[in-house]
Amino acid sequence: MSGPNTNFDPVEVAALDPAAIEAAVQEALAAAAAASSLDELKAARASHQGDKSALALANREIGALPPSAKAEAGKRVGQARGQVTQAYAARQAELEAERDARILVDEAVDVTLPTGRRPLGRRHPTELMSERIADIFVGMGWEIAEGPEVEAEWFNFDALNFDADHPARQMQDTFYVDPPDGGLILRTHTSPVQARAMLDRGVPLYIACLGRVFRTDELDATHMPAFHQVEGLAVDEGITMAHLRGTLDRLAAELFGPDITTRMRPSFFPFTEPSAEVDLRCFVCRGEDAGCRTCGGTGWIEWGGCGMVNQNVLRACGVDPERYSGLAFGMGIDRALMFRTGVSDMRDMIEGDVRFNAQFGMEI
Amino acid sequence: MRVPVDWLREYVEVPAEATGTDIAADLVKVGLEEEGLHGGGVSGPLVVGRVLTKEPEPQKNGKTINWCSLDVGVSNGTGEPQWVVCGAHNFEVGDLVAVILPGGVLPTPQGPLTVSARKTYGHVSAGMITSERELGLGDDHDGIIVLTRRFAGDEESLARLVPGADAIPILGLDRETVEVNVTPDRGYCFSIRGIAREYSHATGAAFTDPVTALAAAAPAANDEGYAVRLADEAPIRGRAGCGRYVARIVRGIDVTAPSPAWMKARLTEAGMRPISLPVDVTNYVMLGLGQPLHAFDLARLGDAIVVRRAREGERMTTLDDVDRALSPEDLLITDGGELPIAIAGVMGGASTEVTGATTDVLIEAAHFDQVSIARSARRHKLPSEASRRFERGVDPQLAPAAAELAVQLLVRYGGGRADAGVTDVGTPPEPVTISLPTAYASELVGVDYDAATVERILREIGCTVEGDGDLLSVTAPTWRPDLRTAPDLVEEVARIDGYDRIPSVVPTPPGGHGLTHAQRTRRVIANVLAAQGLTEIWSAPFVGDDRHEALGWRAEDARARTVTLANPLSDEAPLMRVSILSTMVDALSRNVSRGAKDVGLFELGLVVALDGAQQKAPTEDVGVHPSPEVLTAIRAAVPPQPRHVGMLLAGDRDRGGWWGGGRKADVGDVIALATSVTEALGVEVTITAVDDVMPFHPGRCAQLTLSDGTLVGHVGELHPKVVAALGLPPRTVGGELDVDVLTAASVDPAQARTLVRSPLAYTDLAVVVDEAVTAASLESSLRAGAGELLESLSLFDVYRGDQVGPGRKSLAYRLNVRAPDRTLRAEEVSALRDAAMAKAAADHGATQRA
Repeated sequence: MSGPNTNFDPVEVAALDPAAIEAAVQEALAAAAAASSLDELKAARASHQGDKSALALANREIGALPPSAKAEAGKRVGQARGQVTQAYAARQAELEAERDARILVDEAVDVTLPTGRRPLGRRHPTELMSERIADIFVGMGWEIAEGPEVEAEWFNFDALNFDADHPARQMQDTFYVDPPDGGLILRTHTSPVQARAMLDRGVPLYIACLGRVFRTDELDATHMPAFHQVEGLAVDEGITMAHLRGTLDRLAAELFGPDITTRMRPSFFPFTEPSAEVDLRCFVCRGEDAGCRTCGGTGWIEWGGCGMVNQNVLRACGVDPERYSGLAFGMGIDRALMFRTGVSDMRDMIEGDVRFNAQFGMEI
Repeated sequence: MRVPVDWLREYVEVPAEATGTDIAADLVKVGLEEEGLHGGGVSGPLVVGRVLTKEPEPQKNGKTINWCSLDVGVSNGTGEPQWVVCGAHNFEVGDLVAVILPGGVLPTPQGPLTVSARKTYGHVSAGMITSERELGLGDDHDGIIVLTRRFAGDEESLARLVPGADAIPILGLDRETVEVNVTPDRGYCFSIRGIAREYSHATGAAFTDPVTALAAAAPAANDEGYAVRLADEAPIRGRAGCGRYVARIVRGIDVTAPSPAWMKARLTEAGMRPISLPVDVTNYVMLGLGQPLHAFDLARLGDAIVVRRAREGERMTTLDDVDRALSPEDLLITDGGELPIAIAGVMGGASTEVTGATTDVLIEAAHFDQVSIARSARRHKLPSEASRRFERGVDPQLAPAAAELAVQLLVRYGGGRADAGVTDVGTPPEPVTISLPTAYASELVGVDYDAATVERILREIGCTVEGDGDLLSVTAPTWRPDLRTAPDLVEEVARIDGYDRIPSVVPTPPGGHGLTHAQRTRRVIANVLAAQGLTEIWSAPFVGDDRHEALGWRAEDARARTVTLANPLSDEAPLMRVSILSTMVDALSRNVSRGAKDVGLFELGLVVALDGAQQKAPTEDVGVHPSPEVLTAIRAAVPPQPRHVGMLLAGDRDRGGWWGGGRKADVGDVIALATSVTEALGVEVTITAVDDVMPFHPGRCAQLTLSDGTLVGHVGELHPKVVAALGLPPRTVGGELDVDVLTAASVDPAQARTLVRSPLAYTDLAVVVDEAVTAASLESSLRAGAGELLESLSLFDVYRGDQVGPGRKSLAYRLNVRAPDRTLRAEEVSALRDAAMAKAAADHGATQRA
């Protein structure tokens, strides 16, 4: 702040003239408004707010005024400078916002450019299907059991009431482990796990087993020497065929839709008595299209085999058939996948071509 | 089983309007699944035509076609000759042929084809002369059907061959055959008699058992019959090989007499070729009633037939002219006890075969044991129509009726005379009597069957039912040897009442434990690898020695660890895999050959890991709970089959693109994938370099072990020799980990430490060591030297060059340090760094890089 003016000069004092101050203000505001960039605003600020600006000079002159005039002049100059400072701050904010917006525009990239530096891998849909089915059983309060693929004949056949001389045993197209009388085979179905579970866990028992099984089929569009099955077994007091049907209906609904029901037809399997084939209501035409290609117009699709556990199976596995009864069923997982996703050539599932998996997500 | 519909109608009242489709739909309800429908696919006009003219016209394509005119009567509406083009040549002017006129429909594999007049070879062909195959009558497509030849000797049919006559009934094309699948327990359904009975069960239609009248007509056995002695001295499993042997003789047969057309038609429709009257008759009776018969030339037999087991070293020549070595388990029909003349129930011998010179025939109608026949048929690989029925069970009371029908037919159509002598020896197996609590069917099925329903159904299927109230005593009919237990009877009740009556009730288990740790672990591994760009595959687990050799293993060593298949699909791949990689490589090659360059695969699966000699697994009779010793032996014989995960990568790990070049997959990638798995499971592993593990590059292979030294697996770059031997892309990397080991090691959850909240300090340190010093060993020294305050350390640079000298390398680390209770001062941090350096110097002769 300057000291009292001892050297009064009326010319200089003209700077405090109200009109002159108003002019300086207007000039400063015009310069701020005219500034089109932050740099221009900085230059305008230097000339209109800097030490040598008209308002700065006017401010300096206040000290030279007689005390009676100081208050009024001070107020006038102060207001003028405040008005200018505010205007410059506002303009500064405006220009900064414009600059920031422009940077974001300049930084834009083409988000449609390819991005696959490391593409996602994929699960195998058969495995995903197996997990899905396992989860359905877990949801029903069942457990998931497992067993070996190279299996003892006893588990695969004898325990399941396949008599050594029964034609059914010959119909399985079994891979035998050398020597052929060594009692080992590649399991032809997941049913040996039934026997293992009854022996290992005892009853009551509610288990599903999912896994790979083997038959001596050459690979082609409709056959695979190795494929996947799911097997269900419930052994408890009072288990009936109605429970069998209820379980199959529930599984069908979970896998193929809430209104997909099942049909049982009499059949024969050594390990069940009574036995049935189970068909699914065609989920494409629901039995309403005689020309349906999925079900051949019959309204039904063959799904698997099932029945009430043969008493000989219970006996072989140390379960009292007088006290307990059981239900069992089995079906192909690969086939379920084919139904669900339209896979038409089985080779696609076993060949390991990455293009096959790429068609699916990580949830089937 | 093929069921000609008109034959079925003979035994059961099928409604006149029922089609093959209707019949199949009814049979499926009682458990006879439809396999196919035959016939009924041709619709007219298909008429008899006489060839009037036949002009051969050579064509540019080298073929010669015939431009023919045919007399088709007035069937074409005009009475004028019908002109058609025909490509076949096996006919002459004057022959009678089957002509399909425009508007007629032929079955084709692609569906029905409507014939129309069309331009071909420069003519308008108004229809066509048909072949067997075109009409669905057989596979013959070498020429067209010449009707006069087809019906030679069949005066009845020949008389109907008038030009213009409808050829559909003449050729039997209006006849339908339903083919059903017969399950192995229902031997009696391998007959029209059995199917008719089931049709009756399914629909309520009246069934007339043809056996009733035949049995009544059959003369009783007497002493005048041909001598037959049953001498089975070695029954299999205590069951007599032959339980009954009926023999009848018909003399003076004209074996050249043709079989009647209706019989030939039925045989053909049922899938058997008509051959000669005696053969056709035996086949007809077998198909109709279910009793396999055999006809011997009586003149070539001695005084008696003896049924016995074969002797060690014995041989015979069967009807198919094969000289066969017999097993002492084979049941034989012998001439007088010496010369074998048939393998019982399987195939007859050449020496007593009925020939054109035969006049007197002995008809055998026997009951042979299921097991004995099944074994012989399997042993000699002779699954005949007869053995198929015997091994599934033939009605032991059927033989006299079946023999009677055969005799009647031979007398009627062959002009023979039946001998008065009738042989019927043996003790047929007794039917089983089963105790059935009346409520059991309801308890097992979940449908409320009242006692009357249970009894009615059991009687309907032919059972004798005694007792009352709560417990029934049920004797199965002789044609149902499969009915042996109470559940067998329950199935009958349920299926005749209808499986569609069974309600749907979801059972209520006590509740389970969810997925096991092992099952969850597998999902984690698969998801972690897939999320990092690998594609999950599965492969058939079969390999051969050559694959093991290509992977750099001694074939014998690999064989010792696994089992061999006795009947592999390919002799090249008879071994079960011992390694997932050994079968995954095929998938990699397949992807590459199909154009993929950057491929990452993984597979989770079982491998065989025998750790000693393969053991024999005992077996046990069905329905028997093995003793603890036997059960232990069975379990012990199943080879260990650990679950492994294999990984295989070729080409770029990071892809190139508009952003720049790609980066090849290298050993570091596969180590990172392996450790991502172990980290995801919270398992700490130690990585060490190994230089002697195939199939890996000796300088680029990492071994993963648990802290207790248990091997987890190996990952690395494949050995160049392996890559070359298998034709894989260069620098393929991969590895295989034991999932069972990881599962066991990850059971216990990690234990949490309270996080330290004081600030982090860091210092950098570059260490110069000899090339031979591994990163892991240097890091371990630095950690030991720095002590507990070292929180983490990262290698940020590796330098080799002039500044460190030959044979040396510089590794630059950032050491992150933190004290639990205070902010570390700069001099404390320096002291830590110096301590780390001092330890590295002491352990490895390391120097600090200036």
